[in-house]
Amino acid sequence: MSGDAGAEGAVHDLPPGMAELVEDFAAVSTADRLQLLLELSDDLPALPERYAGHLVGMEQVHECQSPLFLAVEVQDDVVRVFFDAPLESPTTRGFAGILHAGLDGLSTADVLAVPDDAPYRFGLAEAVSPLRLRGMLSMLSRIKRQVRERS
Amino acid sequence: MSVPNDTDAKLAQYAHPQRLVTTDWLAAHLGDPGLVVVESDEDVLLYDSGHVPGAVKVDWHTDLNDPLTRDYVDGARFAEVMGARGVTRESTVVIYGDKSNWWAAYALWVFTLFGHEDVRLLDGGRAKWVAEGREITREAPSPTTVDYPVVERDDSSIRAFKDDVLAHIGQPMVDVRSPGEFSGELLHMPDYPQEGAMRGGHVPGARSVPWARAAAEDATFKSRDDLAAIYQDEKGLRPDDEVIAYCRIGERSSHTWFVLTHLLGFANVRNYDGSWTEWGNAVRTPIATGPDT
Repeated sequence: MSGDAGAEGAVHDLPPGMAELVEDFAAVSTADRLQLLLELSDDLPALPERYAGHLVGMEQVHECQSPLFLAVEVQDDVVRVFFDAPLESPTTRGFAGILHAGLDGLSTADVLAVPDDAPYRFGLAEAVSPLRLRGMLSMLSRIKRQVRERS
Repeated sequence: MSVPNDTDAKLAQYAHPQRLVTTDWLAAHLGDPGLVVVESDEDVLLYDSGHVPGAVKVDWHTDLNDPLTRDYVDGARFAEVMGARGVTRESTVVIYGDKSNWWAAYALWVFTLFGHEDVRLLDGGRAKWVAEGREITREAPSPTTVDYPVVERDDSSIRAFKDDVLAHIGQPMVDVRSPGEFSGELLHMPDYPQEGAMRGGHVPGARSVPWARAAAEDATFKSRDDLAAIYQDEKGLRPDDEVIAYCRIGERSSHTWFVLTHLLGFANVRNYDGSWTEWGNAVRTPIATGPDT
């Protein structure tokens, strides 16, 4: 496996949860990567009550091809991320699921240290097309911007 | 083996009723020999999250676009995609999808480039099937691979290229993007900023009819009278006109191509799939800005 930062499958500069996911994706075929993404979509946690139903205080990610809202909270230097995307948009939900599994609960410094190209590491470009991946890049950059503003 | 047409009264009003089926018809004919149901969506995972029982998936990006050339797949690849899904040249293919069949219409247009004869859309698409509480499953079908002949695409009659559009300026053209994209105020479709162009506006002389005006609330096509009121009465298009439709990459305009060709019976409609991502970026192509007049 290449150790180059940014290469598909590279994990050395990723936080442990995200690195583990990259390895999970790398271990399976392109078709099974879609199934993994679907599982992450299925498992995306529902919004807590303070956001559910009204989305107040959430930021819309316009770069996603379907409505996606995210919220970032920082308390005692621990980052929490929340996402809302419709069930009819499983790809977008799957991207949110990757970021939730990879970022939720990290320190602000660890979130800010996640490389901007991390979404390319999952081997999804071939499975979903590079164009569709850009939604996840935008989610990550917006999360990092919010964390920066709060830390 | 021939699969009967849907004789539903709503469909009978259209120019080519054999190009549509209703959800009732599909539910009654699922599993018929000779019928293959295809789901084609914008969201590449939507099919996997649950689909019409027995339906196979065709993804516009990973199955129908050539990965290296900006073009559709060639005859050999199309044959491979079809064969693997159990589609023969004689199969009746019913396509349905998300977003009022936007991508399903695009897939149908590509099937038509390859001359697949019996290809139909499910009126109302995925949304109507789901809204009616009909069966959805995650069980992936395992079709037996069949032989589909290698047929080269015919790009001459329903597809337009940039030079065709240049030569067509002054004749009827329909821009099916949003009003903001048409006027030039927006360089991309609302919520799709990554698919923009250097300049905003439209092909000189094109009329603005956002594609979704052809779709009713429940994602079915509007009645023939309502469609005629928009395209013929309001925009002045005539069924014997040569018309070119375009959007951003040719998918939304496939929906309009379907409406004009199969529902209103226009004989000469071409879809310019290069659309605004080519036209708005190409050197020395003329554009116009401002709203439709």
